Amino acid sequence: MREILPQELFTQAVPQAAYLILSAILFTIGIAAFLFRRNIITVFMAIELMLNAVNLSFVTFSNQFGKVDGQIFSFFVMVVAAAEAAVGLAIILMVFRNKATLQIDDIDSLKN
Amino acid sequence: MQLWLIPILPLAGAAINGLTGRRTSKSLQSAVAIGSVLLSFLWVVKTLLGLGALEERYVEHYFTWIASGSLSIGVDFAVDRLTAVMLCVVTGIGTLIHIYATGYMHEEEGYYRFFSYLNLFMFFMLVLVLGANFLLLFVGWEGVGLCSYLLIGFYFQKRSATDAGKKAFIVNRIGDFGFSLAMFLIVVLFGSLDFGIVFEKAKALPVEASAGMITAICLLLLVGATGKSAQIPLYVWLPDAMEGPTPVSALIHAATMVTAGVYMCARSAALFMKAPIAMEAVAVIGLLTAVMAATIGLVQNDIKKVYAYSTVSQLGFMFLAVGCGAFGAGIYHVVTHAFFKALLFLGAGSVIHACHHEQDMRHMGGLRKKIPHTFNVLLIAALAIAGFPMMSGWWSKEDILGAAMHHHAWMYWAAWVTAGMTAFYVFRSIFLTFFGEYKGHAHPHESPWVMIGPLYVLAILSVVGGWLFRIPHLLEPVFKGIVPEGHSEHSMADMILGTAPGLIGIALAYVVYVASPGMADSIKSSFQGLYNLLLNKYYVDEAYDATIVHPIERSSRNFLWKVMDAGVIDNGIVHGFSGGAQNLGNLLRRMQGGEIRNYGAWVVIGAIFVLGAFTVLGGTK
Repeated sequence: MREILPQELFTQAVPQAAYLILSAILFTIGIAAFLFRRNIITVFMAIELMLNAVNLSFVTFSNQFGKVDGQIFSFFVMVVAAAEAAVGLAIILMVFRNKATLQIDDIDSLKN
Repeated sequence: MQLWLIPILPLAGAAINGLTGRRTSKSLQSAVAIGSVLLSFLWVVKTLLGLGALEERYVEHYFTWIASGSLSIGVDFAVDRLTAVMLCVVTGIGTLIHIYATGYMHEEEGYYRFFSYLNLFMFFMLVLVLGANFLLLFVGWEGVGLCSYLLIGFYFQKRSATDAGKKAFIVNRIGDFGFSLAMFLIVVLFGSLDFGIVFEKAKALPVEASAGMITAICLLLLVGATGKSAQIPLYVWLPDAMEGPTPVSALIHAATMVTAGVYMCARSAALFMKAPIAMEAVAVIGLLTAVMAATIGLVQNDIKKVYAYSTVSQLGFMFLAVGCGAFGAGIYHVVTHAFFKALLFLGAGSVIHACHHEQDMRHMGGLRKKIPHTFNVLLIAALAIAGFPMMSGWWSKEDILGAAMHHHAWMYWAAWVTAGMTAFYVFRSIFLTFFGEYKGHAHPHESPWVMIGPLYVLAILSVVGGWLFRIPHLLEPVFKGIVPEGHSEHSMADMILGTAPGLIGIALAYVVYVASPGMADSIKSSFQGLYNLLLNKYYVDEAYDATIVHPIERSSRNFLWKVMDAGVIDNGIVHGFSGGAQNLGNLLRRMQGGEIRNYGAWVVIGAIFVLGAFTVLGGTK
């Protein structure tokens, strides 16, 4: 393991590249879950995961460039995500009450 | 001096009647129509009194209309003596005809529409004579053409009336095309359209010996004038324009609008005097028109048609005068002609009114006792146009004949014969209408006083107008330095010679139509071919139809419609675009299956594409 990874990973504190790689991994997991899962709650969580992946890279870049813009951005994203979670869960609740299903493919009343 | 009030008043009248006419009473509409024109006339009088002798041009600048590069065109009104004369004629005669029309049109549908158009015409005509540059003149020029079209086609439920309106409009379009080209050339040559600047610069130029820029400008202006003033080859619309109500024929197609061409030529005298070839063309076209229209007028049976051809012929006289360099004499004839021809038309309208819309003179006759007032005024008008000594027409015709004599002898004699024919056909119409036995079936009745009153005013003007208003003398300051002075007074012998054709014409008409009534028919049968040629107006309409109208119609139908419009534009462009959009839409529709994960996939693919592009292109700067 030590032979494969770059040496800085072990000499310094956690390097910034690691954060970005983690962010990319989280984002990819989010996309995959969004595309392949059928349960609305899971899809919803996938979206949250993507948002937080982006937050992570925002904060990383903020640290790298020594500016607070990225942190401010991530706060905004958090606020919006919180609001979205509240509204989204309420919608999901109503959908479940009316349709008695959480399968995303069954909810197509806007089609045609 | 607030010159703008002069045209604005009739425009306000047109707007009031046009917008509120549905709900107002006829008497209110009449008051608005007559009042606006009368106020305009009074304002003209006040303005002219205020301006005094008016030796110089008086200009009012309102605002700059078009400023483009070095070219600047303003909305300017100007008054000189020429404009003053035209203003008096237009508003004065206009007022009388408006008063007459309230009686004539009283029973008609669309009363307020008629007066709205008529007031609008007054507005544009006044803009035409007041405008201080060619473009403003052109605005009025086009505007009177529009009103002429609207009023010829006033009885729009009648096919012939709408056809006549369209004919007038289209034929005028040809002339206007020439006028526009002339304006472009003026801008090229002088860099301005303002009368003052253009004519000052033109005065400094040498006289052109052969064809050149100024000759081209003047010939194109002449094309414009032949359209508006009904000269060969574009005169064909005017006789058909008699489909309009008679007051319209009197105001627009006799007294004012059709003289706009003469006014324009006189206004552009500084240009025309530098282009001798164009001047010669004006004289020849005028003379040819005068002769041709007079011969056609000899045999027409419709009373309005006779006067229509008479108008064309008299306009020819005016152009003859202008072409001979006697601009003053041309305008003199414009004025006197406005008096007696308006009177002839309004009198004819009174006759037609009396005979319950009968226009064929063969069904009239003996009306002298039945409608004596109309007879009186029409007789005066006929004497005036025939050139009876001391009547208004005599003065101006003497001047024109004098100018022709100084120019070319053959022109003088051709005009001399035409003057004789004029007297003959006018008195033919008088004798056929008022003498002999009544041959119609209606019960003729005299027109109301609101119609007879203006007729008597015009009759007085027809008698004394020529003697009272010495237009050539009045206009001398306008043409000073442009037209060489020193036209010698013609002698007593010339005057007698010039008076002769009128008297001979009257006498001949009396012999043929009153003294021996069968004579007309025997002459007709012995010259059958010539008679038919004249009755059918030299087949000019037919010739135009065959050589111009039908080929254009056929090529429009077969090429422009079926190939260009239906084939290229409809099938190619319109259907092509709509079909293409539909096909593309069908293709794109498949991407929208309603599956949320499909959309997500598209977003991811797009993001990967953008990121890939960034990577390949080397990232952002």
